[in-house]
Amino acid sequence: MPRYFTEEHEWIDVDGDVATVGITDFAQGQLGDIVFVEVPDTGAELSKGGDAAVVESVKAASDVYAPVDGTVTEGNGQLEEDPALVNSDPEGEGWFFRMTLADKSQLDGLMDAKAYKVFCDAL
Amino acid sequence: MTDTEFTGDEAGLETATLPLDAWHRAKGGRMVEFAGYWMPIQYEGIMAEHLWVRENAGLFDVSHMGQLALSGDNVAEALETLVPGDIAGLKPGRMRYSLLLDEDGGILDDLMITNEGDQFGIVVNGAVKWEDIGHLRENLPDDITLNHNEDYGLLALQGPKAVDALARLVPEAASLVFMQATRATWAGHAIALSRSGYTGEDGFEISLPNEALTAFADALCAMDEVKPIGLGARDSLRLEAGLPLYGHDLTPAIDPAEADLGFAVSKRRREEENFPGAARILGHLEDGPPRKRVGLLVDGKLPVREGAKLFDGEDEIGVVTSGGFAPSVGAPIAMGYVPRDHAVPGTAVAAEVRGKLVHCTVTAMPFVPHNYVRKTGG
Repeated sequence: MPRYFTEEHEWIDVDGDVATVGITDFAQGQLGDIVFVEVPDTGAELSKGGDAAVVESVKAASDVYAPVDGTVTEGNGQLEEDPALVNSDPEGEGWFFRMTLADKSQLDGLMDAKAYKVFCDAL
Repeated sequence: MTDTEFTGDEAGLETATLPLDAWHRAKGGRMVEFAGYWMPIQYEGIMAEHLWVRENAGLFDVSHMGQLALSGDNVAEALETLVPGDIAGLKPGRMRYSLLLDEDGGILDDLMITNEGDQFGIVVNGAVKWEDIGHLRENLPDDITLNHNEDYGLLALQGPKAVDALARLVPEAASLVFMQATRATWAGHAIALSRSGYTGEDGFEISLPNEALTAFADALCAMDEVKPIGLGARDSLRLEAGLPLYGHDLTPAIDPAEADLGFAVSKRRREEENFPGAARILGHLEDGPPRKRVGLLVDGKLPVREGAKLFDGEDEIGVVTSGGFAPSVGAPIAMGYVPRDHAVPGTAVAAEVRGKLVHCTVTAMPFVPHNYVRKTGG
């Protein structure tokens, strides 16, 4: 299933009409030790670029944005107990939430893995 | 995703580099702007660095701080016109935590004052050092000499193994106790060291010439028990130790009684009532201040950070001035200001974080016991 990336360091896995969203390995490395994650409630309406979740490291709170428009179908409850999953497995078990895709054409503006790597290397 | 802290607040001024800049970068330090300088916020990670200092020894570069010296006739008496501590009674080789006060008793900075025998050494916060220098120069008699020593850097070696590590390089370290200072020589360089710091652990601050910093830092970090530690862990360590951070927990709007720093107002000075803002501060010490700095234990895992409003029921009663996850406590902690009648340990308050109320309990500080060494030899 295709994986896309945003310039704000979120990843989005698309499986039919549902997408899984998290933050990238680069992002968790920049944040450092993650101590708290606030995921959106099921049913929350998200709009592309709007606040979707909050990730807190020892030092700071950072916003995570919705990569596309859609409705939240599930938050990752495991992160409440074990926020460090975002450090240990950011692009797997450390996913943040699942959402519907309201407008698939919004995916066209996102990067693929290769383009994201080039983007990060340039930072 | 966006970071919300450690953005430069020195807009318009070019960020300066410290003498150890290249050393930090070579050690993998992630550099951020702080107090007008590029400084390492972390090397391997704040959590690991924090815990390392509590068990071993961590080397901090605090060369951004201002190293000042005052000399001249009656210099102690002159300095006492600006701070509430007993400076005249400070013996050579001793140091004291004190506060630079404005005429209303508001805190302009917190600082360490050392009687170096021939002069008083003062270490002030980097973010306000230029304002401090201006205040001192403006308010001290012209025949007092004020020297800002920019040719020296300042390192802090903190943690239970700091004394063993430092004594291998500077044997005099082992003979000091908490809040004592001495001059020494290392590799032909004139240095000064004190048994002090801002982590709650035993440790030292070492002042040495800029050209000696890299070799000294390398000599320490070559030892198994020493690692370089960034600003992030420095902040979490001092928070757990209950130590206030200037510009956050202390400001000109706050006096020493409100800040719960009554110990910095020496007995003789209270009797003489002759320090800036004495009427206000002594009144607050006598009757209790209208609001007071307290520690807060936070329920759950959500960090409560600077700026969070504090509530008692519907009533907004105060504000958090520092807060975050405390690695040695294993939970979020905070400090902030609440009304006097809410300052009793055990009082329940609520902190507002992103629209949610988080239960907190007022607690005595420190959160983690201090490990200062007050006697040598045992």
